[in-house]
Amino acid sequence: MRKVMTGHKAVAEAMRQIEPNVVAVYPITPQSEIAEYYAEYVHNGLVSTELVPVESEHSAMSACVGASAAGARVMTATASQGLALMVEILYIAASMRLPIVMALANRALSGPINIHCDHSDAYLARDAGAIQIFAESAQEAYDYTLIAQRLAEHNQVRLPAIVNLDGFTLTHSVQVVEPLDDEPAKKFVGSYKPIYPLLDVDNPSTWGPFAMPDYYFELKRAQVAGIEAVPETFLEVQKEYEKATGRNYRGFFEAYQLEDAERVLVVMGSTAGTAKVAVDELRAAGEKVGLLKVWLYRPFPYAEVAEALSHVKQVAVLDRAISFGAQGALYSDIATAFAHRDRRPALFNYIYGLGGRDTTTEHLTQTLSELKSARPGEELRYIGLRE
Amino acid sequence: MPVKEKKQAPPPEIAQGRHPMEKYLRTDRIPHIWCAGCGLGTTVSSFLYAMDNLGLDPDSVAVISGIGCTGRVAGYVRMDSYHTTHGRPIPFATGLKLAKPDMKAVVFSGDGDLFAIGGNHFIHAARRNLDINVICVNNLNYGMTGGQAGPTTPLGGRCTTSPYGNFEHPFNLVYLAASAGAPYVARWTSLDVRRLQRAIEEMLVRKGFAFLEIIAPCPTNYGRRNKLGEGLDELRYYAEHAVIEHGADPADTEILPGKDFLVGKFVDEEEPTYWEMYQDKVAELEGGRR
Repeated sequence: MRKVMTGHKAVAEAMRQIEPNVVAVYPITPQSEIAEYYAEYVHNGLVSTELVPVESEHSAMSACVGASAAGARVMTATASQGLALMVEILYIAASMRLPIVMALANRALSGPINIHCDHSDAYLARDAGAIQIFAESAQEAYDYTLIAQRLAEHNQVRLPAIVNLDGFTLTHSVQVVEPLDDEPAKKFVGSYKPIYPLLDVDNPSTWGPFAMPDYYFELKRAQVAGIEAVPETFLEVQKEYEKATGRNYRGFFEAYQLEDAERVLVVMGSTAGTAKVAVDELRAAGEKVGLLKVWLYRPFPYAEVAEALSHVKQVAVLDRAISFGAQGALYSDIATAFAHRDRRPALFNYIYGLGGRDTTTEHLTQTLSELKSARPGEELRYIGLRE
Repeated sequence: MPVKEKKQAPPPEIAQGRHPMEKYLRTDRIPHIWCAGCGLGTTVSSFLYAMDNLGLDPDSVAVISGIGCTGRVAGYVRMDSYHTTHGRPIPFATGLKLAKPDMKAVVFSGDGDLFAIGGNHFIHAARRNLDINVICVNNLNYGMTGGQAGPTTPLGGRCTTSPYGNFEHPFNLVYLAASAGAPYVARWTSLDVRRLQRAIEEMLVRKGFAFLEIIAPCPTNYGRRNKLGEGLDELRYYAEHAVIEHGADPADTEILPGKDFLVGKFVDEEEPTYWEMYQDKVAELEGGRR
């Protein structure tokens, strides 16, 4: 049934249906309401979850790691500085192959302090070893929370997963969302079967031991196997989701008017919605433009993205964070995707929307238009910046 | 016979809609973001009056805040000020104080910032007797993020994350500070504007770690959810329930909903400060030469 709700509520609803054993969470704007909704579910007896209102995000992720190693299904949510505080433990969660699923209400990192959206927090956790998925809408945030749970807990994967949703734009705005009924949702997610749980006292195991130069390297290599299992599993889980729900999420990204496009925007998150309007406007004027919206950001689907963009003349890659001293993180991925291909579009790197700066349809139609005559180069270009 | 109140003309700035202490305020940042009935305005005023009464040069005082409603204090005062990340005003003040021992470092932050995410730093600064002032405005919940239960939420307190009442033991901040070794520990409410001013003056001129807890209303979040009424009703509650008992045993200063609670100066001792002990150690290693 279609309902009207915020992104917060959409994520909280997915969490309610997943019904983790433990949720450890600390308030931070613009995430707090996810925790508040979930607290309500816990205190009203709608879920059997143990809610741990910890004293910081560092403790939140630490509690998640403890509970997950013990064999529990575990979830959390955070944003920006909260994720920054979690990152130390997020690396450990990934290395211990703990399928902790979390919503990240994307918000700019300090400083200066800012509470509005950009993707600097997601980029900060880029190399942590967690799966990262970006949602365009509250609906996608809901669907991908369920999908992420299956993906993270898949036996070949067993990794933490982050579902990114743009702070305020998606978390606070009220949108039409069609959640699944509880039964099919619960059936799709299934129950969690931990391996080597600490609480299996008959088969004692050690978690988090020291690794010297003699084994550390091999253990990190073994972790690669987990993240390498993600793409195939991602497609599998998408298919199962389609079977269960009729919702056809197909592939690592959404291709919008891409097939015959000559100029293309690549974006992640809610700006894809704005980009679709921009593409529609220019298409109506007879221009061959399109959009590639990334869903699966980590692991990055290099080959598939390169394949999808190989016929394009110019590509504007939009990064919602600066990677100081380097090209934008998403741009770098796209450029890497073409490293071994002869046929490649001209690539342009645009930085946009930092600290919640609005990006409008006009900004994006202008970006697509200026691509026609733009000279390729490595300089960063900025959208909507006063200079 | 009723005492005849002497009518005193208000400072002329008030009639002009200005703050009498605006020389210490970044007027371009005003109006502030705090809610009607919040205790922070009077709390900051008391601090500014204390500065004024002592004739302190604003260049000699730094105000350091964390994150949260009280975290905004640093942004409003026209002094060297720093708005740190969540929970870290004390480490910042530690660095500042050691780099510039002559400067007064005033940490102005909330209960969530200082005692949850930054709790560790508080006990260590108190243990070291670092020469800083810590003013904690305690509104019993995380106000800025919408009223979640925190480390000072009383048992039974209703918050967005404890809709049927908090069941976790809260900290008694006075007892905690005293136990951690703070040589100056006081508590007042945001109703006690003159006592607050005097306490802050004492803290500003004394050596060593000084801790002041200010109980303040949060009518928008904690007050509303716990049916405590408007800000003024909470001040009435303080007037009826805050009992002054200087020198009371910090263990007896617990705050329980609906019960009288103690305010006053509970600890006031002279202990060698971190800086003095550091200098003594240097002198000892240098064979008594300073």
